[in-house]
Amino acid sequence: MLEIRWHSRAGQGAVTGAKGLADVISGTGKHVQAFAFYGSAKRGAAMTAYNRVSDSEILNHEKFMHPDYILVIDPALTYTTDITLNEKDDTVYIVTTHMSTQELIESQPKLKGKKVFTVNCIKIAQETIGRPIPNTPMLGALLKVSNILEIDSFKESMKKVLGKLPQKIIDANMIAIQRAFDEVK
Amino acid sequence: MRKMELKDIEVWDGNMAASHAMRQVQIDVVAAYPITPSTPIVENYATFLANDYVEGEFVMVESEHAAMSGCVGASAAGGRVATATSSQGFALMVETLYQASGMRLPIILNVVNRALAAPLNVNGDHSDMYLGRDSGWIQLDAYNPQDAYDLNFIAFKVSEDHDVRLPCMVHQDGFMTSHTAMGVKTLQDDIAYNFVGDFKPMNDMLDLDNPVTHGVQTEEDWHFEHKARQQNDLMTKVYPKLQAAFNEFEELTGRKYSMVETYNMEEAEVAVVCMGTSVKTAIEVSNELNAKGIKAGVVGIRVIRPWPFEKIAEVFKDIKAIGALDRSAPHGTVGMLFNELAGSLINSDSNAVLNNYIYGLGGRDLTKKHIYSIYEDLLANAKAGKLTTATQQYIGTRGPKLEFL
Repeated sequence: MLEIRWHSRAGQGAVTGAKGLADVISGTGKHVQAFAFYGSAKRGAAMTAYNRVSDSEILNHEKFMHPDYILVIDPALTYTTDITLNEKDDTVYIVTTHMSTQELIESQPKLKGKKVFTVNCIKIAQETIGRPIPNTPMLGALLKVSNILEIDSFKESMKKVLGKLPQKIIDANMIAIQRAFDEVK
Repeated sequence: MRKMELKDIEVWDGNMAASHAMRQVQIDVVAAYPITPSTPIVENYATFLANDYVEGEFVMVESEHAAMSGCVGASAAGGRVATATSSQGFALMVETLYQASGMRLPIILNVVNRALAAPLNVNGDHSDMYLGRDSGWIQLDAYNPQDAYDLNFIAFKVSEDHDVRLPCMVHQDGFMTSHTAMGVKTLQDDIAYNFVGDFKPMNDMLDLDNPVTHGVQTEEDWHFEHKARQQNDLMTKVYPKLQAAFNEFEELTGRKYSMVETYNMEEAEVAVVCMGTSVKTAIEVSNELNAKGIKAGVVGIRVIRPWPFEKIAEVFKDIKAIGALDRSAPHGTVGMLFNELAGSLINSDSNAVLNNYIYGLGGRDLTKKHIYSIYEDLLANAKAGKLTTATQQYIGTRGPKLEFL
């Protein structure tokens, strides 16, 4: 069982990101689950979303998890929420930030000694999609770090998931995914 | 009208699954007043209708009371009718729920289970489900989005049968099912529609050649006979029709449903009984315990009304200790499942020790750790042959441990 926790603000697309990821992975024959804690459900409020991926039927419906990957798509949440909650020894962090990985760890000592990767999903989204929606770029970064799927086939599947959006937006999302894949460190 | 090509497995949450089932059976009238967390069911349905995937009417009304009243009118007129609600909306619907069942109208209601205020809470528990349990409806319970999809077809087929003619609720857990996306094995549109078949009206008001009266008044002269016949039909006609529908559905899809679902029960000494997503989490714990040689089973209630008395007695024949897990505050007594199980087992051969857990109110997480600790209690009860704990315990709540009786 692979378990992923997203830290986001309501409106940044973590639920869409988690569901999109589930949709794509389901196409490879694995079992998937995607859900969220909506909290107070106000735009801008801190929230978490979750993915489970497994080779067999997913029975577990507890909200509690020890994540394998923690994805942070809003830079400030690294400081204002406990992104390390219920972590494992080998939990991998991918954090969106304008800082380098070393600078990030210095600014948030809790991340010291952890497997931490950084990528600026907000900047990538602004420059490609034209809006600070960091969910799809984070998926590109996750693919690079985790190797759970091959990038080209992922993009093909993701185009179908985004199917209802205008072609221009879909193309911009593909560039954003590829840029985050290339830029995550 | 357009058809939709579905993938063999779609990643849907429980709301989307229910709305696709409603689309595929081609409902004539949906009268709805959306409420969290069931909103997307009728929202999706309205989108399907607007995009020509359904021929029918979507009636926007001013309250849930009006929503069910609209459904009652449309069903009496002779149409296939359904809607969805949750929590406070369900509570406001209660008066009309009794009208629907008493008038023998085969309406399908998707209930996305949510806590009842106060305090206000949008998350999942079974308070609304329990509120409607004497309303005369057939009630089915889904444990995940796949069930929510499949049970809608079962509901229409059984409810609309002319020997049954009783409305049916399909329950699913708010958020834990309704907003949790998982793989759902789909049926293509024609196959899904044909499983349920065309709607066959009975005593419909729009059959002007055969005028009938609906919603009449009867006092002590006939009221009791109407209610007695309704109870007779619930108790005697629904089980065989449900079983036949489950069988036919299994032949079509390979997916097997039973009135009482059992997991790891062949060898079990102890068992938990629950509903909704908790059943699935409990199965995972049960599998892990069985791998260690601990004989712990799970029983899921699939058909809440009519309550499957005989099946229950059969399932628990050799069980030494049972934990009834209720996700609703019983406020002054034991939980509904405890009561129903006790009622089912009291005149049977069972000597099982029975206790009660109240859990998960207002969406509080039921963790695997909680379920492990429940099994520990049950194993101790089985060993002692009597209760080693209080009859009722509250689990997963802050502060000093609450236990009663």
